[in-house]
This record gives sequence, structure tokens and C-alpha cells, in this order.
Amino acid sequence: MFGKLTLDAIPYHEPIVMVTLAAVVILGAAMLGAVTYYGKWTYLWKEWLTTVDHKRIGIMYIIVALIMLLRGFADAIMMRTQLAIASSDAAGYLPPHHYDQIFTAHGVIMIFFMAMPFITGLMNIVVPLQIGARDVAYPFLNSLSFWLFGGGVVLIMMSLFVGEFAATGWLAYPPLSGLDYSPGVGVDYYIWALQLSGLGTTLSGINFIVTILRMRAPGMTMMKMPVFTWTALVTNILIVAAFPVLTATLALLTVDRYLGMHFFTNDLGGNVMMYVNLIWIWGHPEVYILILPCFGAFSEIIATFSRKSLFGYKSMVYATAAIGVLSFLVWLHHFFTMGSGANVNAFFGIATMIISVPTGVKIFNWLFTMYRGRVEITTPVLWTLGFMITFVIGGMTGVLMAIPAVSFVLHNSLFLIAHFHNTIIGGVVFGCIAAMVYWFPKAFGFKLNERLGKYSFWCWFIGFFMAFMPLYILGFMGMTRRLNHYDNPAWQPYLIVAWVGAVIIALGIFFLLLQIFVSIRDRKKNVDFDGDPWGGRTLEWSIPSPPPFYNFAKVPQVSHLDQFWHDKETGVAYQRPAHYEDIHMPRNTGAGVYIGVAGTLLGFALVWHIWWLAGLGLAGMIGAFIARAYDRDVDYYVKADEVARIENAHYESLKQAA
Amino acid sequence: MSKSFFANAGRTLCVGAMMLLLAGCNMDILNPKGDIGAQEKTLLLTATGLMLLVVVPVIILTLWFAWKYRASNTQAKYDPKWSHSTAIEVVVWTIPCIIVGILAVLTWKSSHELDPYRPLQSEVKPIEIDVVSLDWKWLFIYPEYKIATVNEIQFPVDTPVNFRITSASVMNSFFIPQLGSQIYSMAGMETKLHLIAREAGTYAGISANYSGSGFSGMRFKAIASSQADFEQWVRNAQASPSKMTPEAYQALVSPSEHEPVAYYSGAEPNMFDGIIYQYMASAGMDTGMCTPANTPKIALSE
Repeated sequence: MFGKLTLDAIPYHEPIVMVTLAAVVILGAAMLGAVTYYGKWTYLWKEWLTTVDHKRIGIMYIIVALIMLLRGFADAIMMRTQLAIASSDAAGYLPPHHYDQIFTAHGVIMIFFMAMPFITGLMNIVVPLQIGARDVAYPFLNSLSFWLFGGGVVLIMMSLFVGEFAATGWLAYPPLSGLDYSPGVGVDYYIWALQLSGLGTTLSGINFIVTILRMRAPGMTMMKMPVFTWTALVTNILIVAAFPVLTATLALLTVDRYLGMHFFTNDLGGNVMMYVNLIWIWGHPEVYILILPCFGAFSEIIATFSRKSLFGYKSMVYATAAIGVLSFLVWLHHFFTMGSGANVNAFFGIATMIISVPTGVKIFNWLFTMYRGRVEITTPVLWTLGFMITFVIGGMTGVLMAIPAVSFVLHNSLFLIAHFHNTIIGGVVFGCIAAMVYWFPKAFGFKLNERLGKYSFWCWFIGFFMAFMPLYILGFMGMTRRLNHYDNPAWQPYLIVAWVGAVIIALGIFFLLLQIFVSIRDRKKNVDFDGDPWGGRTLEWSIPSPPPFYNFAKVPQVSHLDQFWHDKETGVAYQRPAHYEDIHMPRNTGAGVYIGVAGTLLGFALVWHIWWLAGLGLAGMIGAFIARAYDRDVDYYVKADEVARIENAHYESLKQAA
Repeated sequence: MSKSFFANAGRTLCVGAMMLLLAGCNMDILNPKGDIGAQEKTLLLTATGLMLLVVVPVIILTLWFAWKYRASNTQAKYDPKWSHSTAIEVVVWTIPCIIVGILAVLTWKSSHELDPYRPLQSEVKPIEIDVVSLDWKWLFIYPEYKIATVNEIQFPVDTPVNFRITSASVMNSFFIPQLGSQIYSMAGMETKLHLIAREAGTYAGISANYSGSGFSGMRFKAIASSQADFEQWVRNAQASPSKMTPEAYQALVSPSEHEPVAYYSGAEPNMFDGIIYQYMASAGMDTGMCTPANTPKIALSE
């Protein structure tokens, strides 16, 4: 009836897990209770869960990303604590089977369920506004992407309380992840959580490519697109090219595990090298998928707050595109130690270094954007400066390891761990937070608290260096990754310093949340009246904050890069159109939610081999999709009078504020 | 106030970290004891130095520009429309290209010179050691001496060591940090590694690729000794009462952690091939075709 699922699957004997479960249950009950008490279910369902509005979907992505940041960070600090104490005779407090699940979950969550939704959320909020569009090309698909991703989140969180998670490392290399060496359900949770969210990511990649190519405001040629939109375009091309590889690779692993096939087993002709190659053919572009939109955000921020056009716009665009192409030619640098031979290794090593050229150009361009500017050191600028300093160090250690003969001694060491955290925290996390602070007033209509934002930055910045510089040294000392215990007492002091660094980062996260909380509480003090709190340059700042659901009452005409800046210079910004027209808008739909829920059931059933439920889940997904396909009531017109009323109200409040 | 507090705290911690760094002379990678490791260290330091030529100025420029062109400094020149300079563009594309060009040459040369598969040039006859990673221990076979050991190898200094490496379980990576390069061990496949020690000593050996719950304890000792000590060590192992029988091998194959060092006599010289070919055998292929003429029964007996 319930496949492999029995009551024993709940880890009663794990106090850490049980306390977490209790906290989740209590918090969840409190939240559900609050929604019921305030009678907000209808509002929640109609305005948020079923929404197809790109701005709201974007906000939901980022809320999930922040929650998952907490989960991923909890994993991180547990690992650091274990390693700070588990020297020589001390075993630490985490047994290997638990520790191994934690580092796997940490990697999977931070990449797939923190960084990915964060950038997807940012692109959702920003891209349509930057190109003067009223929504993405396929609004329902956007909602579906979010709910498929949500299904992945539910599965991975469920693995904590029902069953177990993979203990294989975040890329689940076979044969360790095969049935012979991982007979439990952990790898199955991994597979289905990634398949669901990966499907969502691929669909949203398609959505954004079409949106950017087809829905730009009249006059906005490709070379007049804001840089963030450019980076989003390249990122989504990478997504569409790379994610199907992940899907296929995991599908092969799935048939190995479920149908007794032998793609990656030791025997019967299976070959693990194929998996390692395939997963990195997806995996390397993935890191550029994450970093490129952050580069875009930094470009917008540095230009805005330097009160100056971005230096070398064309260079930036070509550099972005070059990085996108090169990112597919370097995957082998993740396993020089497999014994591919000198020519192959040298080719991939050199290809990797070549990526540092366009990346270096970007850094110089940001530098020369500040040059002869009027740089206002706001929170987003602090994050940007912190990024530039941190990222060049991470880039340097990356190029170092791109030399195969150097990789032979540093591969899989803590030096590698320090390197990729140096680029991912210094690049992606700093970028996401900078972008969040920068575009927050656009999404919500009020600014975030500057002082707390600065506290958060300094904690993250100092904490990062304290947590990861010791790891570089430990790499030189011969400490490899994924150890849960070590015999060399000389390592311990460094690991304790790293633990202190992690605690300081925890403070940074605390200040970040406090910043959001305090800003919401004091929102009346930080209201963004005119929609242009920073003196912005691109179209998103020309409309009110938060924008009306249709974004632009009248689709703007574009003739310049930095159109809004140009309009303000020439005094034509904020001009009211002579009359408004009816606006064609998509209608909200619950179909995405239904398909997401059915997908989650399907994934859960497949993990536990509950075949009837799997059938039901699949039928539910297909059924809901067919029902949606026959739904003719998917759009409506906002009458010109209604648009005029909303716009008038806005201009009225503008006048009062002035 | 709070900012300067953080800055001070940061400075204190940085100094502390530097002291730790200086105190730690036991950095295996930067303290190599063999030719391969020594060349890799030189390469690492050269490449780092080259890149610092760009990285340090960039960090300084970042801070300098942010300070000089801060909004409150109205003395500084302000040029809001200035966003292109062909001269600067040429420079910022050229400098990274030059550095990467130099690194590329270094990479090409070093990839060939330090190819783990390349036998080392030496007058001395190399020692052959076959390596098998198991859950969670290392099995070493000395085909010339018909001995096998667990979690310990010994070899003479100044003598090239030719490793052939495979796995009878999941993937691992065979690594003696102070001697240089590592390489993966993979079931059904053979990888090669050539190392040499120039100084006698006992070096830590590890698996550098996560392989499951016993991974942390998967360590071995690599002892570089005089020729006489090595011969004594071999005789010792040859006199071991434990024989490397199929049963003994099977006992090693079953998972165990923190396995103590063990010596076995009577190891079949081609035991390693048998371990590789066992996966071929189970593929239902003609074992007569796929395995060496006198297939050792040890690995195939499972």
C-alpha cells in the first residue's frame, strides 16, 4: 500500500531532526493559524498563489530563496561546528551518516533552492520592467515553473523528516549514488527534487528568452537593452542549453536505480566517467547561470550610484556573451585527476583561463564606471565593492586550479572549497543581496533600512574572509573535503577560526532579516513616492513603486540606452499620455498550483515506490494541464477608464508628496 | 563607531590569521619531498605571482576610485557622459590576454611534463606498486615481491615508484600530498601515477575523493626509506603468516573502517589485473578473451 514507506522512516532517534521538526510544525501551525485568524485565505489564494503577475512570482521566488538560505546555512554551521571539534580523539557530535547527508543537502540547497530561485526571482521582477513589457511572454508557464520548483523544495525539505537525504555529495557521483552503495531513499529524494525543479527552471528559461527577444518596447534594439537584461538573456540561453543535460543525466541514474540498468554501475558495461562528464557539462554552465545576472545587477548598481553611464557597455555585452559560450568548453577542469591525458587536460585548462579575460574586462569596466563619477556609498554599492575585492581573489584561485598540474595537488582539497565559496558567496550571494536591496523599493514601494544593511554587509564580508581564508591554508596543508573527522591536530586552529567566521556570517544573516523586518515596520518613513528612489537610469524606475499590475500604462518608446536617464535629462520624463487605452492582461489561474501539487505527490510516490500514488500524481499533472489547455477564459482587458483612474491616483499622490 | 568597530575587529582577526599562517610550517603542498611535488609547488607559486600582478592593482584601484570619486568629494572631476575610451578598452582586454597567454604556455608545458602517466627518468629501476581502493581502506600489491599490504606502503628514496591504481568499490582518489599529484581510482579501470621521494620520511596518504561513510578514516602511510630498510620491510611482509588468499581478499572487500596496517605474503603477481577484470567477467563476456592468460582466482572467486 505504501511501498517502502513505514513509520520507521521518521528519524525519532535523531534529536536534532526532531527538534527541527517540532519547530517547523509549530511555526507552520502559527502561520496557518494567523492566515485563518485574519481571514486572509482568499486573499492569499487569489492574489498570490494563483497569480501570473511576474512581479509577485518573483517576490515568491525570493521569499523561498531566503527561507532556503536559512536551511542551507543551518547545514553549514553544523558542519563547521563538527569540524571545529572533531579532531584526533574527539568524534564530534555528528555521526558520518548524518554529516554526509548534511554536506550533500547544503550543496544541493544552496545551488538549486537558494541561488537559483534568487536569480530567477530577480529576473522575474526586473526583466519585464526593464524592457517595457507588461508581463513575461507566457505568464501561466511562469506560474507553473514556480510551482514545479516549489514541489522540489517540498520534497527536499520532506527528506529531512521522512526517510533520509542522499549522502553522496551534491553531484551524486555513481557508483556511490547507485543502488549497490546507496540503497536508501536519499538519492531518490535528490533525483526527484532536482527533476521537478529542473523542469521548472528549463521552462522559465524558455519563457525569458522569448520575453526578451519578443517583448521589448518599440525602439529598444538589442544594443539598447539594459545590461541586466543582457545578462538575463545569456543566462537563460545557458539554462535552456544546459538543464536538459542535467535532466537526461539524472534520468539515466534513475533507470539504473529503478529498472536495474547499468549506465553508471561498476559492472555490465557501466561507466562512471560518463556520468561525471555529463553532470559537469551541465554543472559548469550552471555556475555562470548563477553569476551572470549578478554581474548584470552590479553593472546597474555601479552605474546608478556613480551617477554616470556604464563604462564600456558594448564590451560588457560581448564579454557576457563570450563567457556564455566559453562556459560550455571547460567542464573537464572539474576532474583533471581522472587521467584524461596531457593534451586534453591542457586544452580544458587553457579554455578555463580564457574565461578570465572577459571576466577581467568586466571588473575593469566597473572600475572605470566609478572613475570620474560621484559614487554614493549606499548599501548596494558596499556589496558591489565587497564583491569586486572578493571576486578577484576567487578568480585568481580559480585560474590557479585551472592549471592541471596545480589541480593535481589541490583538487578536492579545502582550497577548492574556499575557491568556489569565494566566487559564489563573493559573487552570487553578494550580487543577489545587492540586487535585492537595489530593487526592493521597486517591488514594495519603500526602501530598506540602510544602517542595518551596512551592518549586514560588514558581518558577511568579514565573516566570509574569516571563514574561508583558513580553508585555503588547510588546502595547502593537505586537508581534503567532506571529512567528518581528522587526526591532524595542526588543522584544528584553522577550523576554529573558520567556525568563528561562520558565526559572524550568521550575524550578517540576522542583520539582513532584521533589516527586512525593521524596514517593513518603518515602511511609512522610507516610502518611495515617485518610483525613482536612487536616481535610476532604466525604464523600471520610470513607473510607480510598486508598479501597477499592468506595469506600463502606456508602452514606452525607446531611443537610447539608459532611456529613463535620457528622459530626465531632456525633461520629458513623467509626461502623461493624452489618453489611455485598454490593456490586455492574463487572468490568474490555479492550474500551476494543481500541477505543482500533483508533481510533488508524483515525486514523493516515486521516492517511496508507492506506485498507485505515482499514477495518481502523474494523471493529476496531465489532467490539470489538459483542463488548463481547454480553459478559454485566460485573459481580459483593463478598461482605459480604470487605467486612467489608477494613474490619476498615482499622480495625485505624487503631487501631495511634492 | 560601529563601522570602525567592525574595521578594528577585522584588522585584529586578520593579524591573528596571518600569525597562524606564519606559525604553520607544516603545509604539505608547500613543503614537498619529491620531484613531482616540488615542480608543482614552483608552478603554483609562479602562477600566483603572475596573477597578483593584476589582482593587487585591481583591489587597490577599487578602493582608491571608490574613495576618490565618493559623492561627498566634490573636488574630484565628474564626467557623467564619459563611458567609452578606446585606449582603456584596448588596455583592459590586452592585459588579461597577456597574462593568460603566459599562463597558457606554462599550462601546456607543465601538463605534459607533469602528466601522471609519464614514467620518471631515472637510472634506478622503478618499484611497481598496485593500488586498490576498497571500502574503506587501501590495498597495495607489490607484484615483484609477491606481497600485499593494507594502509601502508614503503619504498626506497630516490627510486621512481610506478603506481597502477584501481578500485574494487566506488571512486576514490589516491593522494600523498607531500609527494605530489593525485589520481582517481575507478572500478574496472586502471589509472597510473609516477612519483619519487627525495627525502626519507613517513608521509600521510589519503583518499581525496569522498567515498561513503568510512571515508574520513581512509588513510595510509607512505614511508620513504633507505634501500636496506625497504628490503627489511619486504622480508618482513614476505614472512607474514597471513596469506593473500581469496578468503583474505573477500574479508578485505567487505566494508570496514579504520583498518589497521596489515601485511600479507603469497600475493599473486597479477592479482591487480584480476580485480580489474572481475567486472568484465560479470558482464557475461568471454573471460578467456578479456582477462590475462592465467587469471588469478582471487578476485574472480566472488
